[in-house]
Amino acid sequence: MDAGLFAQYVMNGLMLGMMYALVAVGFTLFFGVLDIIKFSHGDVLMVGAFTALATYVGLHAAGMDSNWFNLVVMLVLATLAMALLGMVIARYLVMPLRSAPALNTLLITLMLGTVLRESVRLFYPQGANPKPFPALLPRSAIDIGEFNLRLDNVLMLCAGVLVIVGLQFLLNRTKLGLAIRAVAQDEETARIMGINFTAVVLITFAIGSGLAAFAGVMNGLYYNEINFGIGLYLGVIGFSAAIIGGLGSIYGAILGGFLFAGLQTVGTVMLPFASAYKDVFAFAVVIAIMAWRPTGLIREKISERV
Amino acid sequence: MAKKARASLWPGVIALTIANAYLIALLAAEQQALIIALLATGIASVIAAAWLGLLVSVTASFADHEDALGGCAIIAALATAAFFHENHFVLLLVITVMLYSVATLGLNVQFGYAGVLNFAGASFFGIGAYTSAVLNAQTALPHLLVLLIGGFLAALAGSLLLLPVLRTRGHYAAVVTIAFALLFKTFLEVNDVLGGPQGLQVKGMNILGWSFNDNIEIGGVSLSFYMNYFAVSLLLLVGTFILVRRLERSWIGLNLDALRLDETAASCFGLDIARWKITAFLIGNFLIGVAGALFGMVGGFVAPNNYTFADSLILVSILLLGGIGNPWGLLVATIIVVVVPEKLQTIQEYRFLLYALMVIAVLLFRPEGLLPRPVRRYFSGWRP
Repeated sequence: MDAGLFAQYVMNGLMLGMMYALVAVGFTLFFGVLDIIKFSHGDVLMVGAFTALATYVGLHAAGMDSNWFNLVVMLVLATLAMALLGMVIARYLVMPLRSAPALNTLLITLMLGTVLRESVRLFYPQGANPKPFPALLPRSAIDIGEFNLRLDNVLMLCAGVLVIVGLQFLLNRTKLGLAIRAVAQDEETARIMGINFTAVVLITFAIGSGLAAFAGVMNGLYYNEINFGIGLYLGVIGFSAAIIGGLGSIYGAILGGFLFAGLQTVGTVMLPFASAYKDVFAFAVVIAIMAWRPTGLIREKISERV
Repeated sequence: MAKKARASLWPGVIALTIANAYLIALLAAEQQALIIALLATGIASVIAAAWLGLLVSVTASFADHEDALGGCAIIAALATAAFFHENHFVLLLVITVMLYSVATLGLNVQFGYAGVLNFAGASFFGIGAYTSAVLNAQTALPHLLVLLIGGFLAALAGSLLLLPVLRTRGHYAAVVTIAFALLFKTFLEVNDVLGGPQGLQVKGMNILGWSFNDNIEIGGVSLSFYMNYFAVSLLLLVGTFILVRRLERSWIGLNLDALRLDETAASCFGLDIARWKITAFLIGNFLIGVAGALFGMVGGFVAPNNYTFADSLILVSILLLGGIGNPWGLLVATIIVVVVPEKLQTIQEYRFLLYALMVIAVLLFRPEGLLPRPVRRYFSGWRP
């Protein structure tokens, strides 16, 4: 394979990996503070993408034509809305079931995912069909041999890196981050130290869900299309990525996201009947990884959550 | 200590009669207003009966006379079928309820007894249905055998998942089956041999030259061809129900319960965790597959869109709504979940949404389901 094509695949893999990593980080954050898996995470991402799209439609109708302005408003609105949604979910669905069996949390978040998915399908205008997502980033490209380096991809990748670095800074360098890490490590001790447990949990859910909204917008910009089913797909893959990296570690989640994207890209290149079976392959990999390393490549370490 | 008197049989019989008459009325009703009124009456009378304490005697009657009341339930099903003997649509609905019940009974063995999660119920159902589609078209195998093969293939596909299912637990195990459900549907859609997104036609059942897809004439009374399928489905349901009940009461059921409640303790008492999980998972998949194979023949058509993850979630919703581990509750829940959206056309489109909301409500306010599983009765006549 020539270098240009190879670079193209690497670039695609990086874009996918960035999206998976952002989703996986959410799973890891929630698991850190509450020891639960929120299966509706992927669908929150999808709702975020649709919120952004609706915002765009609204802005467009209001006569706003500046792409940059629209994009910023979309991002801010989608992120805030999903952060709020995440807090509501945590407060009214997840926290009341803390003393119930873990199965109930699993089921309630799965069902919530269905509620979100079906609501978009039924109540968004023509929500059952794939919706075109506007291309808001400059699409100029540099051709290097067969490699077509698109500016929008580079921008998205940089934005993703910035978000992750920002999250890293938040968790490791601020008082809030310290509180989140403390709760993740030991809830009771954290409470004794005067940390407001409920507030920290809610903020963590807000952060995770905001990240999902960001990933959703990114997904829309990358594929120029969104549909109500992407949430389930990205949710399962993001969860697997979080597990590959070992639930509870942010670096693991990021690593897992990129690793998964890498596997998927390699699968697409290697398998001759490639693209049609791409998703079948991805889910087969999920199952195989579960069988091979049920608790992830980096083993879960209680003391190093988050 | 004096032995407690056995509860009377009559409350159960009366309740069953009223419920069956109500069901027939509901199935016969055509106008939306009438259906809504009937549903409201039904809910109100159940709440009233619970408030007046009538349900307690019904429950006691069911607990003490299960076999007799099971017989009555079969008679009730026959009465329903006889009442609608010419009505294709209602009979199809009744058959759907029965086959879904078989599938959820299978899920119940996995989920309710052994505690093995399975969020791919509809996929295994689909494996059964596709088996009958392919085998009926390509081979001359007897169709009753095809049903069994459908079950075996579903169990075989399930055994591919055994390793990940055994090695993982809780959330991780859930993801394995969710991934399988997504994989299965995508696979059906992209693959050309099995008809792709359009699906396949399924040939109707035919036993010893008796074609199931012809209407029946007996002494001037014409019966819908669905009566054939009704008979087979009823036999399958009764057989499965007895099997699952016996399984639950036997030492196998006891082992499965121990396994679900505390794996560590169970293995300390010498139970082979893996063995019982495998047993429960495969029995469950087999039952789901058989139901799916028959359902494929009844419907005459299979397509990937009927076996999505959302459909699997519906099966799980039935289980939760009925009360995990209680086969009688499952029957009631299946009737509610299958019949109500079919009759109430306005909510048909919203059914996934409504079920999801319903399960959330059940989990928040009544986690044990409508008819919670009673405490195991170790001796006959013994009441906790």
